[in-house]
Amino acid sequence: MSEFALVYRNGGEKMSPDEMQAHLKHCLDWFKDLLDRGIIKDPGVPLGPSGSVVVGRQGVVRDGPFAEAKDVISGFTLVQVKDIAEAIEIAKSCPVALTGGSVEVRPVEACS
Amino acid sequence: MELPDHFFRHESGRIVATLSKIFGLQNIDLVEDAVQDACGRALEVWSRRGMPENPSGWLMAAAKNRAVDILRRERRLRTFSSEYGRLLNSEWTIGSLVDELTDPDAIKYDQLRLMFSCGHPRLLEEAQVAIMLHYLCGFSIKEVAQAYVSGVAAVDKRITRSKKVLASSGTLFDVTQRTDFEERLPVVNRALYLLFNQGYHGGSQESPVQPLLCREAIRLVGMLLDNPFGRTTETYALAALMHLHAARLPAKLSASGELTLLADQDRSLWDLGHVQAGMELLARSSSGQALTEFHIEALIAGVHASAGDIASTDWRTIVELYDALLRLNLSPVIALNRAIAISQSEGPERGLEEIGQIIDADRLQGYPFYWAAIGELQALVQRSDDAKESFERAHAVARNPAERVLIQSRIETLTK
Repeated sequence: MSEFALVYRNGGEKMSPDEMQAHLKHCLDWFKDLLDRGIIKDPGVPLGPSGSVVVGRQGVVRDGPFAEAKDVISGFTLVQVKDIAEAIEIAKSCPVALTGGSVEVRPVEACS
Repeated sequence: MELPDHFFRHESGRIVATLSKIFGLQNIDLVEDAVQDACGRALEVWSRRGMPENPSGWLMAAAKNRAVDILRRERRLRTFSSEYGRLLNSEWTIGSLVDELTDPDAIKYDQLRLMFSCGHPRLLEEAQVAIMLHYLCGFSIKEVAQAYVSGVAAVDKRITRSKKVLASSGTLFDVTQRTDFEERLPVVNRALYLLFNQGYHGGSQESPVQPLLCREAIRLVGMLLDNPFGRTTETYALAALMHLHAARLPAKLSASGELTLLADQDRSLWDLGHVQAGMELLARSSSGQALTEFHIEALIAGVHASAGDIASTDWRTIVELYDALLRLNLSPVIALNRAIAISQSEGPERGLEEIGQIIDADRLQGYPFYWAAIGELQALVQRSDDAKESFERAHAVARNPAERVLIQSRIETLTK
């Protein structure tokens, strides 16, 4: 078994309230299914869109957002699966990817 | 936890109303952004962490935070609501003022105020309905366009123009002044009536009935009746006609999308809750002198609701009511319905005669049920070929698959 991080970016696509509700249900169902299958190693946390960036030796502090809205990381989850192919399949089924956003799949590096 | 149907729609309507009060209608674009942001946050957080205990409170709190951010960012560039302008400009008072203004007690009338703002007399009726759907009912431009079978660009243009009229009012309509309230109430009633009718009669490309629009109209008319100034006999009559018609929806449109006309409906499917609510409202509507179109339409629906079937319906009373309705509004659709009622009480020949005398009948040429009604009566007097031809004309102007299926089945019965 290997661990992977799924890193979410929203894509900033506008949805109508009804579409949001459908999307929320889809997300909750998707996540519950992963939990039931014992794939979730760590559910992660959602990240707010504002904040600050500290840059370089001088410690320059810039206000967020950090990039284009569509490039902002909105959260992550750690999953435990057989290989990267399986992690990619999970990412493909993620509602975030299906509504104009993206899901980055990154291996978690082992310490030993 | 399961959210109620259309939770985001209704919550966004509530938040739009409250933030419009704080920002002023000239800044309704900012309001929309803030609401979109708050709902977006809810989506992010809830989908990862699960549902909060009080989703509605969570959303309003998120919107409040967004509102304070926006006020801080924009206060040097814009003028906010003149109701609170000065206090919103002071760093000392922003936070506590926004807290106060988003308090459950304070937001009670905000939606009603926004509804009255949307009923601006300088806006066309269609525009009033469009912005009510957009702002109070959380319909996107695309969803408004679908409901009205029109183009997204056209609806977008209509709403953009309407925003300018809203902006000119600045603050939300003041619903505490009885004379102002009563002066604008008929305009608001009329807009809600049109919204309901679009749902009940105006088919979209997919469906012959749009129950969602009916439900929204009933929700909004309920807000009027929650206010003492809104409890006029005319508004009671409007609410009555909505409930009495909505009662028939489960029989009119089956779950699989099949359309059934009044004569063939299984009346055991009628929603008794709506029938009862409608009858009670109808009783309340009759306390005054006024007999408006809403009253007459509600009375007609009431006669149908009290009849077990077509045969035992009191058609004479219905004809009299249509006569009264025609005196108030010489509409060819009303004349058509009157002719159908006459055919029920005096026979198909008389019905056809009356249809032949409809003034402005050319306005009915594109209405499938005009041709279907003629075909139905022709079939009853054994003029099968004429009837078939009429149904074929009905088929040609049908607006959605369910209408076409219904009419096609009549053509097939006649061909056998």
